Amino acid sequence: MDVQGMYQAANHFLLKYLGISLFKSLVIVVVALLHVAYATYAERKIIGRMQQRIGPNRVGPRGLLQPIADVLKLLGKEDITPSCVDSRAVFMVAPFISLVAGATSLAVLPIWENFVVTNVNASLLVVLAMSSLSSFGVILAGWASNSRYAFLGGLRAGAQVVSYEIAMALSLVGVMMLAGSMNLVEIVKAQIASPFKIYAIPQIIGFFVFMIAAVAETNRTPFDLPEAETELVAGYFVEYSAMRFALFYLAEYFGMIVMSILAVVCYLGGWYGPFEIPGIPFFWFLVKVYFLIFFYIWIRATLPRYRYDQLMGLGWKVLIPLALLNIVITGFIKILF
Amino acid sequence: MAQALEIIQKQQEAEEWEEPYLVNMGPQHPATHGVLRIFLELDGEYIVHCDPRIGYLHRGIEKLSETFTYSQGIVLTDRLDYIASAANNVGYCLAVEKLMGLEVPRRAQIIRVIVAEMARIASHLLWLATHALDIGAMTVFLYCFRDREWLLNIYEEICGARLTHTYPVIGGVRLDFTQHIIDELYRFTEEFPNRIPEYETLIDVNRIWLKRTKGVGVISGEEAVNLGLTGPSLRGSGVRYDLRKNCPYLIYDELDFDMAVEYEGDVYARYRVRMKEMREANKIIRQCLDKLAECEGEPVIAEDAPGLFMPFGKLKKPQASPHPKRGYLIKGVEVPVVPEGEVYVATEVPKGELGFYIVSDGSGHPWRMRIRAPSFVHISAIPALCKGQMVADIIAVIGSVDIVLGECDR
Repeated sequence: MDVQGMYQAANHFLLKYLGISLFKSLVIVVVALLHVAYATYAERKIIGRMQQRIGPNRVGPRGLLQPIADVLKLLGKEDITPSCVDSRAVFMVAPFISLVAGATSLAVLPIWENFVVTNVNASLLVVLAMSSLSSFGVILAGWASNSRYAFLGGLRAGAQVVSYEIAMALSLVGVMMLAGSMNLVEIVKAQIASPFKIYAIPQIIGFFVFMIAAVAETNRTPFDLPEAETELVAGYFVEYSAMRFALFYLAEYFGMIVMSILAVVCYLGGWYGPFEIPGIPFFWFLVKVYFLIFFYIWIRATLPRYRYDQLMGLGWKVLIPLALLNIVITGFIKILF
Repeated sequence: MAQALEIIQKQQEAEEWEEPYLVNMGPQHPATHGVLRIFLELDGEYIVHCDPRIGYLHRGIEKLSETFTYSQGIVLTDRLDYIASAANNVGYCLAVEKLMGLEVPRRAQIIRVIVAEMARIASHLLWLATHALDIGAMTVFLYCFRDREWLLNIYEEICGARLTHTYPVIGGVRLDFTQHIIDELYRFTEEFPNRIPEYETLIDVNRIWLKRTKGVGVISGEEAVNLGLTGPSLRGSGVRYDLRKNCPYLIYDELDFDMAVEYEGDVYARYRVRMKEMREANKIIRQCLDKLAECEGEPVIAEDAPGLFMPFGKLKKPQASPHPKRGYLIKGVEVPVVPEGEVYVATEVPKGELGFYIVSDGSGHPWRMRIRAPSFVHISAIPALCKGQMVADIIAVIGSVDIVLGECDR
């Protein structure tokens, strides 16, 4: 084959496969970043309403430009590295680990039957792996800061991840058993074909465990112990400033969105809806995801924070046995029907 | 808690014990309610030892009062417990009046009870707000501030100030209530009992809240007395001690209210006591408003009340005064006699027992004023309450004993 032919083949390959993938990733990343920005806005507005105040209303009409102003402000701030950090490199990299791991999951999450960036076979495992990796950044940040509060926060994050990761993975085993696949697209398809259309009904225990574990996984109230504002000031990111500080927030919101999408895909029937909306095939998907995000925000406005040992107790003594029970029940369902 | 202590002791015996993990909490910390600083020795998440350090808000109020006349001293008492300054004013005025032997008109006494009880509600609301926020219930915080705002607006209408009132003066109160204030207070007392269940539905039936507060920071009644706890923190341990009942001042003996007592002695019991006290305070205000209508138009300040001006120097002997009542005449300004002697008056402020001990040498300013501040005593009880608990509990405990550093450091 001559050089010309190789060039053409490579070009063809790039255009056909890589080009589309790149385009898809770009769309996903941009859309997800916008969602993250406006999730912060929605959180502030909704919690504001729940707490009888107005929320942001100064920048732009109804404060709609507030997230953009926030990002600009954070970009303009000085990025301070404390002089006594344990490892400068780790300190600098930790927020990126959190963010990248959180965002990578989006690559395998199906928005719609024909829109997945990469449709790998065991995509559920990829999501689980990435969400664990995300907490790795938190632990590293806590450790590298060489601050007492950050260290405690990092420790808490480590312990929390270990206990809730297991519960979450076990709760998803039921879904895998019912669908007979670990591919998220296949799971949704199997779900739509199943008698209830969504797995949240036969997997009610699993869904319950998953939702709680997901809140703990994303370090949100009532499980926001690693960053417990009133005890550890800000926990693991107490020493961070400027954009690195914001990256942790981004990671948290990415985590929230990923967990919401995962719940929708695994339990709430993905893009399936009671009736078709012409032109927007992922309409129902978005509705469900937005509702779950609202649910997270709602929880934050309502519940106090757990104590560290109580959180561990809940994880090991309640959620993991429940998830195991769910697997047994699912097994019986699988045999009987 | 006992388990945790055992674990710690075992570890100390077995040689795996290494040097403790020291955390310096405060003085700039969101949950220490001001500028309290606590050294924590931690074993994992358990507190081995905690050591409160105070003094970051010391303004020398006791010493400063020696250079102020008795009337000017009221301003200083505003800055003690700045969350409920009216209650401090009342206590100080009662002490000075006892020293001077002043009779306070009945209407002024009723008004003083009203502002003191308003201060109690305002203080407990802020306490509930911050306590809930410490434990993580963010919404309660803003709900409480909404209602506190209402009270502060009433205060503003009464005396022009929202935080540092200086409303009661020696011999009475500064101004009479207008009809609008009375109407507004009636409206408040009507509405406020409906607001309390709102907070309770958010936190009281919440399993997480109960888990965080029940059995945490337990102290028995005997220990509490030994540590010198007063107020709701003491009554949460089942000790029936409330100065308004036990040695009534002002018109408290005429009023019908219950002493809020709980017996468990934990954070939750102290929370229950304060919630009940808010209801009782509301009842008291309501009764006082009815009593206020009976003495419409009466004076609110004693005729022989001292003015702002008092001689700074020590007076040698009484001079003839044109006024029939006791009084000095110095450079044309009539000055009442403050007899030599000492006096201690304690009142039940929202935080506990606030005592003023004043020694007079006969001049227009105290020779020495000593303030028995409940917050100071309560901070000293924190190590006893926290030992063997977890880091998260120390926050709940600090919240539950209700401290204000302005009063502690003075």
